Amino acid sequence: MNKSTYSDVLIGVVLLALAACLPWVVGDFAVTLAVNIAMFTVLATSWALFSGPTHYISLATAAFFGLGTYTAGIGLDYLPFWVLIPLAGVFGAVMAGLIGLATLRLSGVYFVIFTLGLAEMTRQVITYIQNATGQKGILISIWFMETTFYWMLVGLAAVIFLVGWLIGRSRLGFALRIIGDDEEVARHSGINTALSKVLLFMIPGAVAAMTGAMMAPRYGYIEPLIAFTPMLSFQVVIMALLGGTGRLWGPIVGVIPFSILWELISASFPNQTTLLLGLCFLAIVYLLPNGFVGLLLKIRARVSQGEGF
Amino acid sequence: MSDHRTVLSLRGATKRFGGLIAVNDLDFDVAEHEVLGLIGPNGSGKSTTLNLISGALPVSGGTISLNSQIISTLPAQQITRRGVARTFQLVRLLPSMTVFENVMAGAVFGHRRRWGHEAEAHVMRMLELVGLDRRAHAHPSELTYIDTKRVELARVLVGDPKVLLLDEWLAGLNPTELEEGISLVRKLRDDGRTIVLVEHVMDAIRSLCDRCVVMSSGVKIAEGATDAVLNDPEVIRAYLGEDDA
Repeated sequence: MNKSTYSDVLIGVVLLALAACLPWVVGDFAVTLAVNIAMFTVLATSWALFSGPTHYISLATAAFFGLGTYTAGIGLDYLPFWVLIPLAGVFGAVMAGLIGLATLRLSGVYFVIFTLGLAEMTRQVITYIQNATGQKGILISIWFMETTFYWMLVGLAAVIFLVGWLIGRSRLGFALRIIGDDEEVARHSGINTALSKVLLFMIPGAVAAMTGAMMAPRYGYIEPLIAFTPMLSFQVVIMALLGGTGRLWGPIVGVIPFSILWELISASFPNQTTLLLGLCFLAIVYLLPNGFVGLLLKIRARVSQGEGF
Repeated sequence: MSDHRTVLSLRGATKRFGGLIAVNDLDFDVAEHEVLGLIGPNGSGKSTTLNLISGALPVSGGTISLNSQIISTLPAQQITRRGVARTFQLVRLLPSMTVFENVMAGAVFGHRRRWGHEAEAHVMRMLELVGLDRRAHAHPSELTYIDTKRVELARVLVGDPKVLLLDEWLAGLNPTELEEGISLVRKLRDDGRTIVLVEHVMDAIRSLCDRCVVMSSGVKIAEGATDAVLNDPEVIRAYLGEDDA
């Protein structure tokens, strides 16, 4: 058992190293696409760390992302950019902790609605403040090459995969799986369910905020609709579900094809993106309820059963 | 049993649901190594009492203590960690996990927490005890009804609890399974486990329980040695109904 998990780590390291070399091989357009893929890999993988085992669907990604973007946007006047990324992570974790304390005692459905409402509310509040102060948006004074964004994101992805791997082997990871199966049993088995959920929910919160901070210079100019776009929350959910949340590498299997598909959709049908996003969501839920991972495990089970007879 | 010290003790335990009093001012003690039967007709408050002890429901009044420490103010997970473990009236297994992982849940987070190889070895010992060691890698959906009950029993045993609460653990078994089930609980009793048994099956109560507490309409109507209690006219009346007696 241990041997195979360590070989998984080795494979992960090799793949990440190969991914990091990508900008030297491909052209500018591909790097731009790769930045999007890396960004959604980071967001969807960290999202699945919490929502995968617990089945609590969070639509708060945009709120954390926007929080990070604004941390960078406002903070650049006072602090260096490299300090702002971890700082955004701390803010994201704190915000997720507060949301968790307020909502994770609720059952799944209320949690979905609350996180969606929260993301929208945050956007409206920022808009209101900006209107009240007569400010429109924030200009970001620094600028990076696309490859820099890409490497920052690949680095963050490496950290998330490592953290996810460690959690999967920890008591906390096991507790989350039990909670996802039956919260009542979890409590009566001696698990502090509220604390476990809040702790793990802080990870996607921190990661999305850090991602938002990293991406701020890419936007150049940030305003609420860019930083807090609700579309982002839905895209993350769809990609993670398409890949499947049963394995750590699951979301990335959804992120890559969906990001490419999305690029095509938004280039060819710029006015119908939301409609097409909805259709994709329906198709995935109907056709691949457990994502590519679920499909793969099903095929594998069938093959091994076939060998047995 | 008076020579053994008291492990679990209820004093004035009360549960109200709105205007309904499901458990009313209930007192009883459970001694170490004792099997106490908590019996009574349907709706008499037995399962509610078990829910109060395990922390599934908060008490409306009174106290419940474990080794003289009050536990009725604690949340369920802390009561489990102090050493009270329960099964559920309708078996609740973790559907996505194997039998082994189901029992592991109790080993990792129960009263006595284990991790790694130590936990794995203990899980296998408990699966052997309940007779499921060969099905360790099966999923709950592949098990017979009594086997699902065995898994649940192993999951509560594996944390070495001080008190086991079995909520109609023998209900719904066919005659052969019932015999197996009774002998399994007897084995636990012989190992010196302290057990509170909520049960309907009279044969099981007679052969397993040292003492019984009888409830009717939320109050205790009798308590004492099993044979004496089962022959108590008031207990018979409660079971058969006022009009028939």
